[in-house]
Amino acid sequence: MLQADPILQTKDLSVYYGANRVVTEVTLDVLRNRITAIIGPSGSGKSTLLRCFNRMNDLIPTFRLSGEVLFEGRNLYTPTVDPTEIRYQIGMVFQRPNPFPKSIFDNVAFGPRINGYNGNLADLVERSLQRAAIWDEVKDRLKSSALSLSGGQQQRLCIARTLAIEPTVILMDEPCSSLDPIATLAIEELMRELSEDYSIVIVTHNMQQAARVSNYTAFLMAEGDRVGQLIEFGESRQIFTNPQDERTEAYITGRFG
Amino acid sequence: MAVIAPRDFRKRMNRRKWEGRAFYVLCLLAITVALAMLAVLLIYIAVKGYSQVNWSFITSFPSRHPDEAGIKSALLGSIYLVIIAGLVSFVLGVGAAVYLEEYAGRNRFAKIAQINIANLAGVPSIVYGILGLEIFVRSLHLGKSLAAGGFTLALLILPIIIIASQEAIRAVPPSIREGGYALGASRWQTVWHLVLPQAFSGILTGVILAVSRAMGETAPLIVIGALTFVPFTPDGPLSRFSALPIQIFNWTSRPQAGFQEAAAAGIIVLLILLLSMNALAVILRNKLENRS
Repeated sequence: MLQADPILQTKDLSVYYGANRVVTEVTLDVLRNRITAIIGPSGSGKSTLLRCFNRMNDLIPTFRLSGEVLFEGRNLYTPTVDPTEIRYQIGMVFQRPNPFPKSIFDNVAFGPRINGYNGNLADLVERSLQRAAIWDEVKDRLKSSALSLSGGQQQRLCIARTLAIEPTVILMDEPCSSLDPIATLAIEELMRELSEDYSIVIVTHNMQQAARVSNYTAFLMAEGDRVGQLIEFGESRQIFTNPQDERTEAYITGRFG
Repeated sequence: MAVIAPRDFRKRMNRRKWEGRAFYVLCLLAITVALAMLAVLLIYIAVKGYSQVNWSFITSFPSRHPDEAGIKSALLGSIYLVIIAGLVSFVLGVGAAVYLEEYAGRNRFAKIAQINIANLAGVPSIVYGILGLEIFVRSLHLGKSLAAGGFTLALLILPIIIIASQEAIRAVPPSIREGGYALGASRWQTVWHLVLPQAFSGILTGVILAVSRAMGETAPLIVIGALTFVPFTPDGPLSRFSALPIQIFNWTSRPQAGFQEAAAAGIIVLLILLLSMNALAVILRNKLENRS
């Protein structure tokens, strides 16, 4: 199947912060135009794994990794790869909405501007806000501060900001954890729409969310010193209805975590 | 069962109340003494000098006759000095702070620099005067000029500005930087477009407070050779100069009562300038706090 080729892959990926290993020997394929959820208890290395895909971990001085992370077949961690070049192809939405203290327009325009976009900026901003399903709410106040928006609106603005650089992949690190159920639903619906054009990887604490929105699910957990190991990976339907590993079953039925 | 018998508790209770009360009074006394000293100083100066503070005092050059003497050249000198010192230390200070906060990480050089900046902030100002005399006046041949004075004051307030700017930069939430990096911004773009704009009011507050300290400095200017009698307006950065504190210092050492009054009047002008600069810093800081 043409659509099902992997866009991101990890091969034997281990991540260390100083002497602590926080992701252990993960081998995983993220498929193009699919939503892949990463679930697992707190401290199981979900976010760290996600941040390997756009090299956000580089900002942590003691970070080091072994194994490979491939984006469209190319190793992201070879010395010739510039992280900024990766990050404008692989966008990221964070746990807490983090709009810049600028106007709504300037928030969305920031990425295109710094990356040297020279088309019609106003069109791009409008298109991005529309795709993030927030245009109708903000079209009359593009000049007002992004901080005047509600939490759910801010998160959709952050998604619009990410869409404006037209990435191939969108990484989402618990994007709904600080939102109320209604805003959460809006974001989930948005993710489903976006998955037609983008590959999405979402880290979530919320198993219902993973079951609702994702096509594939990876379950990580810590066992002894093997922190952040991949226990099971497969189609979400299968993971949530018929898990192969008893640890997965224990987790999704709420026996721990 | 209570561990402490009620009888024991009550016995100690009275004493504890008294201790609390005594401590409160002690603290109140401390603030009263501090404020009273300031009030006495202000009243003494105001009574002595207010009759001299008028437009001609501000617009006249110094004179041998106390009632004709004015602070025009000293005031202009002070303003030029703090403009030079402010600009130089702003550029160097913010640059150093950005390096230390955004680039250096935890390397050895940064650690050593950090410790030394904290130490420099405690170096007596006269030492900076000697440094300025050697470097700017003599080695760089700037002479006993406004530029030499301004640069010396810039060095003096540089550590304060670096520390204040570092604090302002550190107060910008990491999530803002992450947001920038995640959109493909380079480090320079993140610092320039996201971090500095948000840290700016904090930095400005630090600069204003530092500059107002520079404005009151006397010792380093005496060392680098500020004049006490300047009957001309400084016409450029290489012009010789006086400054308000120098002028005041000079007048207080004169025997005539008239010059004592002129000195008090000069102090009033200097205090008004300093207090308004501090007020501006407070206003900026409040604005910053309201925004975040």
